[in-house]
Amino acid sequence: MCRIGAIKSRHYVHPSQALLLMQSQQKGHDNSGFAMVMQDLGGIFENYKHLPTLSLACTDEGLQITKAIMDARGFRLVHEWEPETNRQPGLDIQAMPHYVYQTFDYPDAYADASQEEKEQLLLDTRLELRRGMEEDCKGFAYSFWPDVITLKEIGDPRDIGTFFNIWEPDDQFTAKVITAQCRQNTNYAIVRYAAHPFFLQGYTALANGENTFYQKNKEFQQNLHRGYIGFESDSQCFLYTLHHTHRELGWPLSYYKHVITPLPFEDVVKREDQQQLLAMRQSLAHLEINGPNTIIGVLPDNTMFTCCDAKKLRPVVLGRDEDTVVLSSEVCGVNEILPNRNWETDMYPNEREIVVIDNNLEVQRWKQ
Amino acid sequence: METVKINDIACNDLPWKIQYHPERCTLCGSCIAACTFDAIGPKMERRRLTFTDSATPEPKTRFVAQPVIGQQNAIKNFCRGCGVCERVCPNNAISSSRNPDSRFNVVYATSTGTGPKRGGRNNLEVQSRTLDTLRVGRISQMTDPSLDAQRHTFDCLAPLGRILPAGTLPLNQTADGKLVQDGQTPPVRWIYPIIIGDMSIGALSWRMWEAVSMAVAYLNEECGLPVRMCSGEGGMPVRLLKSRYLKYMILQIASGHFGWNRIIQAMPHMIEDPAGVLIKIGQGAKPGDGGLLMAAKVAEHIQAIRGVPKADLLSPPNHQGLYSIEESVQKMFLSFNAAFKFRVPVAIKVAASATSVSVFNNLVRDPYNIVGGFFLDGIDGGTGAAHDISLDHTGHPAVSKLRDCYLAAVAQGRQGQIPLWAAGGLGKTGNLAADAFKMMCLGANGVFTGKLILQMAGCLGNDHGRCNACNTGLCPVGITTQQPVLVKRLDPERVAENIVNYFLAMDVELRKLMAPIGNSSLPIGRSDCLVSSDKAVADRLQVQYVC
Ligand code: SF4
Ligand code: SF4
Repeated sequence: MCRIGAIKSRHYVHPSQALLLMQSQQKGHDNSGFAMVMQDLGGIFENYKHLPTLSLACTDEGLQITKAIMDARGFRLVHEWEPETNRQPGLDIQAMPHYVYQTFDYPDAYADASQEEKEQLLLDTRLELRRGMEEDCKGFAYSFWPDVITLKEIGDPRDIGTFFNIWEPDDQFTAKVITAQCRQNTNYAIVRYAAHPFFLQGYTALANGENTFYQKNKEFQQNLHRGYIGFESDSQCFLYTLHHTHRELGWPLSYYKHVITPLPFEDVVKREDQQQLLAMRQSLAHLEINGPNTIIGVLPDNTMFTCCDAKKLRPVVLGRDEDTVVLSSEVCGVNEILPNRNWETDMYPNEREIVVIDNNLEVQRWKQ
Repeated sequence: METVKINDIACNDLPWKIQYHPERCTLCGSCIAACTFDAIGPKMERRRLTFTDSATPEPKTRFVAQPVIGQQNAIKNFCRGCGVCERVCPNNAISSSRNPDSRFNVVYATSTGTGPKRGGRNNLEVQSRTLDTLRVGRISQMTDPSLDAQRHTFDCLAPLGRILPAGTLPLNQTADGKLVQDGQTPPVRWIYPIIIGDMSIGALSWRMWEAVSMAVAYLNEECGLPVRMCSGEGGMPVRLLKSRYLKYMILQIASGHFGWNRIIQAMPHMIEDPAGVLIKIGQGAKPGDGGLLMAAKVAEHIQAIRGVPKADLLSPPNHQGLYSIEESVQKMFLSFNAAFKFRVPVAIKVAASATSVSVFNNLVRDPYNIVGGFFLDGIDGGTGAAHDISLDHTGHPAVSKLRDCYLAAVAQGRQGQIPLWAAGGLGKTGNLAADAFKMMCLGANGVFTGKLILQMAGCLGNDHGRCNACNTGLCPVGITTQQPVLVKRLDPERVAENIVNYFLAMDVELRKLMAPIGNSSLPIGRSDCLVSSDKAVADRLQVQYVC
C-alpha cells in the first residue's frame, strides 16, 4: 500500500517537512520511492511565479533533446536550477544523471496569446518532451507549468532525501503547497511516471488505493483528451477525471465526487437535483471508480481537497493549526508536522464528502 | 405375414419411439388423453396366450385380441418426446426414448413437400459454449478488499435510453455553484439489468403471458427489483395499456405491426408511459426470417388484440418501406419518439450478424440522438416458430458480436451512449446470473432472456430436440398454445412464483460475483476480470488466456 500526504500552509514550507510527514508512516509503505509536487513556490522560484517551470530528470542526451525542442518552440530560458546532489555510495536510489528545473519565458509569438492558448502550448510542449525522451529512458518531463515543480525518484525515501539534500531545511527551496507520496509502483513495472502525484495543466492528484474500474476509466479517458496518456498507474485516472470534469466540462469541484462515486440510485431519487445527478452518472458512467481509495487533489488555484471511495475503505486524516493544514494517510504523519495542534480539530473524512481547504486555510466539508 | 411396405412411415423413422409395457398398463387412457400431439392411440393386438386350466400342467394355446397403447406411424402425429405420457401414467407403463436412427428430416420433406418447422431452439450445434470457457478470474485479495455480498450495498441497475456525452448536457451553473439542467435530454430509464425478452400474447398463451406480467409487477412492487418485460409483437390487453402497470412494459413493434392499432387507440387513455419501445428488426434464432404465428394459434382473443382474422400471421422479414439505416433512424425512431412526446426511450433489436457493428456504428453516430438501446440477439435463443433450416443453418453467436460492438464504441469514445443489451442462449445452463455477469464484463449494459422464462414456467423442451412444438399450438404444458383445455394445464400463480423466485436467486448470485471483484456497481466493460481457458476465445474477446 502506498502512503500519501499533503501540506498546505500560509508560509513557505521546505520539502523536508514532506519527508518527515512520509517517513513517520514508513511502516505502511515499502520504501521503494518518493515523489512530490510543490506548488505556489518560494525561495529561488518566488520571482518567477508567472512563468512556466519545467521539471526534468534526464541523461545528457535528454538534456540536448530538451534544449532542441524548447529552442524550436521558441521558449527562452530565464532561470535554471540543478539541485546539488549527494552521490555518495551506498544510497538506495536509482538516480538519473541530471535533475533540472528550468524556467522559461513564452515564445514571442505568444506575447499576445490568451491564457488558454498558453496552457495548451505548455501541455503540448511537455507531451513532446516526454515523447522525445521516452526511448531508452533518456529522460522524464514531469511538469511544465507556472509555479509548479515535481520531483520523483525510485529508492528509499530517506536516501532520496539525502541524495537531494532536502533533509536540511533552508529558505531557498520552498512552497506553500506540497503533495507527496511514498512507494514506487510495486504492483506493476517500476516506472518513474507511475509515481504519484500526477500533474496536468495545474491539476495535481495522488491516491492511496486500487482503482478496480481502471480498465473502463482508461478506455474512456484515452479518447477524451490528448493529455490523458501513460496510464502507468491506475491512480492517474483520478487526475484525468478531475481535469475532465473541472476544467474541460467546467463543473464545480463538488460534482467530482458525484462522478467518481455516484450516490446509490435509491438515494439519488430522493434528491431535488436527481435529474442532473442521473444525467452525469449516465454520461460519465465510465469514469466511476470502484475499489478502495483515498484521493488528494490540488486545483490550479491551489485549492486542496481530499475524498474517499464510496465505502471508505482507505484512511485519511486532516490535522491543522493556525497556519498549516496537513493531510495524511495516517495520523502519525500529522503528529510529526503539527505536534502541538489541537487534536480535537482533526478530521476523518467520511465516504460521502469532499473536504476542501481553500487559500485562507478554511476547511469545508461538502456533503455529497 | 405382413408385406414389407418400405415407403410407408414407420415408427423407427421418427425422432422419438414409445416404450410401452403392456403388462403394467391398466388401460386407464390417461396417456392418450394427455398427449396433445395424438402421437399415441389405442390399438388392438393379436396375442397368443398359453395357459393351463387343470390341476396338473396341461398347456394349451389360445389367441386373443388385446387392447394396447401404440405409437402413431404418421408424420403429422410424430411423438415429440415431451414425456407427458410418462408423467401421467400411474403405473410407469409408458415413456418415450430418443431414436438415434431417425430418418425424420428426410421423410418429413419427402412426404409433405415442405421442410420441418419447430419452436425456436438451436439443436444443430449443441457444443460447448463460449461463456463456459470464461471465468471471473480477477479476485480481489490483498491489493484491494473484496466486498461482502450480504453486508455491502450494490447498485445493480442498467440504463435504457440514449445517453448524451457529458459535454453536450444542457447544464448551467447557478450563482451558488450548482448545476441545473435547462434543456431537454433524451429519456433514460434505470432498470434491472435483465429484461424479460419479447414473447407475444399469441406466441404465449394468455395465462403464460399473464403469469409473466404478474411476476414482473410483483418483482417491482414487492421485491424492489425494477424488472421490465417486453410485450413481444402482438400488442397487449387494453386494460393493461390503461393501467399503471404499463410502466413496467416495453412495447414492441415489428414488421407486422400487430397490435398497434389498439395501442394507438389506447394512447389518450394511458395514465403511465411505457418503459420503452423496442423496434424489432431481426431475431437471433432465425435471422432474416420473419415472425410466424400459425392460424392454429390465432384464437379469438388473439384476433381481437391484434386486429386480424384467423389466418397464418406473418411478420415479413423486413420492415416495409425501410431501405436504409438512415431512414430507419429518421422514420421509425423519430415517429416513435414523437408518439410518446420524447418521454419514452426507443430501442432497436437486431439479430447478431456479420454486419452488426456497421449497424451499431451508424446508430451511435446518428445526429438526432434518438436511438435508446441496441438489443443484440444471437443464435441459440428464441422461442418462436420457424423453419428448421433457419434455426439450424442461419445465425450468429452473440458473445463475440457484443464484444465487437462494445470495442467499436470504445474506439470512438462513445461507450455507453447507446446502451448495449444482449441475448441468445443466455442462461442455457440454468444460471443466468453468471452469463449476464460475463456479458456485462464484455461490454453489455444488460441482457434479455426469453427461453429461460419458459423453462421457469415448466416447459418440457430442451436443446436436444425434446418437444420444441411451440409452433403447433399444442404445447403440452399450456405455455405456447391458445387451446383452452391446454392452457388450463398452466397455473399462472405458480408460474409467477417460479419467475419471482428465480429472479430473487439470480439477484443474490449477481452480488456473489460482484463482491469478489470488489465492485459495488455493475462491471460494464470490465473484461480485465475475465479469464478464458480457451486461447482462441481469449484472443477473440481480448481477455486473459489462462491454463
Ligand atoms: S412423449 Fe409426449 S408426444 Fe410422445 S407420446 Fe408421450 S405425450 Fe405424446
Ligand atoms: S413451450 Fe410447450 S411446446 Fe414449446 S417446447 Fe416447451 S413444452 Fe414444448
